[in-house]
Amino acid sequence: MKIAEIISKLNLKVLSGHNGLENEITGGYVSDLLSDVIGNAREGEVWITIQTHQNVIAVASLKDLSAIIIVKGSVPDEDTMKKSNEEDIPVLLTDSDTFNIAGRLFELLKKE
Amino acid sequence: MKIFRADLHIHSVLSPCGDLEMSPANIISEAKARGLDIIGITDHNTTRHCSLIKKLAAESGIFVMQGAEITTKEEVHCLAFFENSDTLNLLQYFLDLNLPDFKNKPLIFGDQVQVDENENIIYTEEKLLINAISRSFEEIEAFVHENDGLFIPAHVDRMKNSIYSQLGFLPENMKADALELSASTTFEKFSVNHPEVGRYTVITNSDSHFPGQIGTSFTFFHLEEPTFQEIKLAFKGIGGRKVTFR
Repeated sequence: MKIAEIISKLNLKVLSGHNGLENEITGGYVSDLLSDVIGNAREGEVWITIQTHQNVIAVASLKDLSAIIIVKGSVPDEDTMKKSNEEDIPVLLTDSDTFNIAGRLFELLKKE
Repeated sequence: MKIFRADLHIHSVLSPCGDLEMSPANIISEAKARGLDIIGITDHNTTRHCSLIKKLAAESGIFVMQGAEITTKEEVHCLAFFENSDTLNLLQYFLDLNLPDFKNKPLIFGDQVQVDENENIIYTEEKLLINAISRSFEEIEAFVHENDGLFIPAHVDRMKNSIYSQLGFLPENMKADALELSASTTFEKFSVNHPEVGRYTVITNSDSHFPGQIGTSFTFFHLEEPTFQEIKLAFKGIGGRKVTFR
């Protein structure tokens, strides 16, 4: 499944990183500790987090993640947006919380 | 240049995790016994014990850096210090404004009491002080520097509430006056895997929560005299002022 597909199915808003919307999704990872994501997330996963700091983009780039979903209506700093566009990693926004959005993403990916 | 022994990370009884024995008077007598010349008072998200400790410490010839250990939105602990009561009050206002209105449960987290010099309780903080405030690492750094304060990410080597644990690595162009290492490592050890810390002035403190910890880890400051401005110069390594370790 591509990022573009989950955007419509999960009703996500694309904040930045539009060039990465064709990225292929291999799975998902949920964590708010960036050190944990560096250690454990795998290539192609969608990362769901409440973190809005610019370091999330560097971590996603380092781990070749397919996109970042930022939950609970938080809006990232401008630096985060800028870096997302530079790295072509989509930052997707939702008002939903982590539990719900992760559950819905899990269901979508399970059907594949 | 004279050499001053400094431990800039000490919690008082006002921090929920601070031992009940960490009264202003006890902190000072312990600091004195440990041969400290400079101490930093850094309760979690509050500055309310600073002025009394500064006053009492002056009588013992100890210089106090007044500040707090702030928990950022990302749950990174950072030390912030301010030079005078005006700017320190601004910090207190900033903390009161941004600390969530979540009540402390003393049985779980510990008491949050402010005492006078005779150790009578004069104030109990109702809001849980160890919560994260609603401002980001960069927003807090900007606030501290706009008010001529000093900003020091705390215990960066710990895998809990540190810049590395929460944000993975040092943010690009991070504006920190120094980085703090905990007592459980040394600059030599930590910089093997994190050579980038060498770009900053590194200090080490005790992060004391009970009297026996005070001064167990410290930094030497080479200064003309113990003042906020001289310490600031030492962080920058200007005019012969500098910091060194044991």
